[in-house]
Amino acid sequence: MVQLQDVKRISEYEWEIPKSYRDDMRVPVRLFVSRELLEHSMNDLSLQQAVNAATLPGVVAPIVVMPDMHQGYGFPIGGVAATRLPDGVISPGAIGYDINCGVRLLASNIPLEAAENRMSELANALNRHCPSGVGQAGSIKLKEGELDQVCRQGARWALKRGMASEEDLLRTEEGGCLDGADPGKVSQRAKKRGLDQLGTLGAGNHFIEVGVVEQIFDREAAQVMGLKEDYLVLQIHCGSRGFGHQICTDFVDELQDSVRRYNIKLPDRELVCAPLNSPEGQRYLAAMHAAANYAFCNRQIIAHSARQAFEEALAGTVKRLHLHQVYDIAHNIGKIETYHVEGKKIRVCVHRKGATRAFGPGSPELPDVYRGIGQPVLVPGSMGTASWVLVGTEESMARSWGSSCHGAGRVLSRRQAKREIRGDRLHDELEKSGILIRAGSMPGLAEEAPRAYKDVDEVVETVSGAGIARKVARLRPLAVIKG
Amino acid sequence: MQTKNPSGYEEMAHTADWALRVWAPDLVELLRQSMQGMQKLMGIQVAAGGRQPKTLAHSALDGESLLVWFLNEILYWNLVERVACVELELTLDGLRLVGIARCAPIQSLTKEIKAVTFHNLSILKKDEFFETTIVFDV
Repeated sequence: MVQLQDVKRISEYEWEIPKSYRDDMRVPVRLFVSRELLEHSMNDLSLQQAVNAATLPGVVAPIVVMPDMHQGYGFPIGGVAATRLPDGVISPGAIGYDINCGVRLLASNIPLEAAENRMSELANALNRHCPSGVGQAGSIKLKEGELDQVCRQGARWALKRGMASEEDLLRTEEGGCLDGADPGKVSQRAKKRGLDQLGTLGAGNHFIEVGVVEQIFDREAAQVMGLKEDYLVLQIHCGSRGFGHQICTDFVDELQDSVRRYNIKLPDRELVCAPLNSPEGQRYLAAMHAAANYAFCNRQIIAHSARQAFEEALAGTVKRLHLHQVYDIAHNIGKIETYHVEGKKIRVCVHRKGATRAFGPGSPELPDVYRGIGQPVLVPGSMGTASWVLVGTEESMARSWGSSCHGAGRVLSRRQAKREIRGDRLHDELEKSGILIRAGSMPGLAEEAPRAYKDVDEVVETVSGAGIARKVARLRPLAVIKG
Repeated sequence: MQTKNPSGYEEMAHTADWALRVWAPDLVELLRQSMQGMQKLMGIQVAAGGRQPKTLAHSALDGESLLVWFLNEILYWNLVERVACVELELTLDGLRLVGIARCAPIQSLTKEIKAVTFHNLSILKKDEFFETTIVFDV
């Protein structure tokens, strides 16, 4: 286990586990944490997992870990690893089973005071319009050919069916569609799982949340994003559903053999990988991008359904009610990106698992509207606590592979949360504090209780203090829909 | 090591996901206990009625790969075909597994497991018992 004395302090919010910590490390691990959060992280295996990630072939310094880190499987949640093209590795376990799990934020022209007495109707309408829960199927039943189109087109598939606008796509990471997706590299099992789950939320930590802009920290950036104090906003958190889970399962299995073939030594088999330029690496990349595009389309369709719910529940509250998209980001993904390292331009595969892209101002990948302020970074809280909107900075490009945190980060195990917290009591407590809850499962609700997570404000203070993101607005929850 | 019962499983603490410690006197029983533990974690309740037989056949590189393959196979049946395994007849010849699973329709399922992982997975043999801890992504 990594101990405090093994970690070198660089600044108040930046620490390092040097390459010398373990013989098999190829690069150091850079931690963006406060001392308190660092001490917290000693309670689980997250630092050990980051050290393990530092052994991946072709990894470029440093492995980056965010303040919301916690123990995952193989790779820590909140971790970022960049591997050099062409022959560095790509690792499905360093991206995660829920490929392109991510968050979408919509802002409205509805002041809270106009909608306050209709929040219950809104929560019910969202619950009705947006299918959620374990294994829940949606109203869209795809044929295999249509699923292939979703894989290739991403959110644009929804645009062609009247469930998106050009502005939605423009304000989505990668325009809602990653190049190079190939449904031909996806198993029949994965396809079967994807046919009836488009437009569904799923269960676990996924949610739809209605909130209100409570405080603005950067007026210019908030104005560009269309965020106004005391106006309603909507967040959607979900991913590629069973389709993505199956693709990751398939490749974690397939690559067990590849690791032997390429003579790759790993400290944890969940980090299985293959060189990016190998046939297996290319197959996984194409299949993973297909799942990422499915997830972009999934969140787009849920956003369309949520807009219908708003229109149904809040009709007449304001003239020309609308919800415009602020941004949609992926926080479990592998992307080919270009960085300047030691004066040279290099192309790397950035693995983000529980970490958000946070490109700074001027990045050519950003739409015109955000090129001046930097990319919106969406940091959801944990039902009873605030969520945050940040923007990426030049510093994030230079120090954290253009990445920032993705949420609060768990601190209690699910088992401990279930033991200590009763779902029905939590439901009542949240409702008493003014947060409406629509949840499919009370034990599931208990596992996701606010106190099972770190303090999101402390996480945000850390990335802000470290300079890898800048605060724009704080959101307060009003209604949460969970599967 | 659990000694009270010759075979069994118990949920272990894991920050983000679920972990299950499983023990048994032999590998076939370890597979059976792991399957039962996984289905219990998901809160599966089966409906009354007929049992549908399904075949299992797989050769693995090692015991851990066999365990992950087997559980992922059952998980796929649970989540996609909506059936749960209630009886198992398994034969293991080296690392070649063959068998028949009798499955019943799922009446309810309260929690979803995304996948069975290889994270720190190791099947150990101690004092005539096989033991392992499996981490599930949820």
